[in-house]
Amino acid sequence: MQFYGETLSTRLMLGTAQYPSPAVLQAAFEASRASVATVSLRRESTGGDGQAFWALIQSLGTRLLPNTAGCHTAKEAVTTANMAREVFGTDWIKLEVIGHNDTLQPDVFALVEAAAELSSQGFKVFPYCTEDLIVAEKLLAAGCEVLMPWGAPIGSGLGLNNVHGLTRLRHEFAGIPLVIDAGLGVPSHAAQAMELGFDAVLLNTAVARAGDPVAMAGAFGAAVEAGRIAFDATPIEASDVGSASTPVVGKAFLT
Amino acid sequence: MKIEINGSRVEVVATTLEAALAEQGFTDKAVATAVNGEFVPRAARATLTLRDGDRVEVLAPMQGG
Repeated sequence: MQFYGETLSTRLMLGTAQYPSPAVLQAAFEASRASVATVSLRRESTGGDGQAFWALIQSLGTRLLPNTAGCHTAKEAVTTANMAREVFGTDWIKLEVIGHNDTLQPDVFALVEAAAELSSQGFKVFPYCTEDLIVAEKLLAAGCEVLMPWGAPIGSGLGLNNVHGLTRLRHEFAGIPLVIDAGLGVPSHAAQAMELGFDAVLLNTAVARAGDPVAMAGAFGAAVEAGRIAFDATPIEASDVGSASTPVVGKAFLT
Repeated sequence: MKIEINGSRVEVVATTLEAALAEQGFTDKAVATAVNGEFVPRAARATLTLRDGDRVEVLAPMQGG
């Protein structure tokens, strides 16, 4: 799988927040075989809390994808992206511009504005968006080469809220890398996304807040793999009537 | 002069951003800086002159989703 010309070994991107401990985070990453870790920037204490975390994530051996989580305006997101590029040493940025506090739905107008500005500054933008086709088009026109539509609101665990809309998006943008970002709750949601032909999934809460995050991370890794194999194997068309799988020819006449 | 660092008001002797960061114990750390909402690259910290009341943000790597 390639994003902005870079090849990733697996189709799972995993967040680094909300784990019960750094050791669990590390073990969860190993179990999941995620190839990308999402990270953030927050105010540093004079005690240097961020420095220990920095050492930990460097040891994960994954590609880093810094986010602009919590930003509500294009300007804030652009400034945060620039700060992240310097600290993390990557021009990859998961662009989040939140528009609604309860659903964490992105402000797609500010998102497109920020995506255009960041692309012009040389960033490789991974925009957290909705399944809206026109927004997708505008983001691509703004310079994005990958889109990250939500499955459901961040942290909700609802799975794919609008399967038909997401399927339409997949068909409309057949050649564009699409990542389902946010809202997944259980591994079957991840498998479903992969079966629909999405290129990767990004999740955090479903693993970090599970009763056993390490086991759940392994389950998600397996589900992503299974779903992708299924997609490549071309699933059958669903039908609302039955059709016998056992041959009728040669059946004994017993009445 | 009095400036704000990460939301706390502090008194600093320093007049540049780089010196203020050293004074506040942020030297040699993986941090990024902004002053009054504008990103200040590492290389520009030494020449950025602070003014009374400036708002400085010092951000570090943190867990994220």
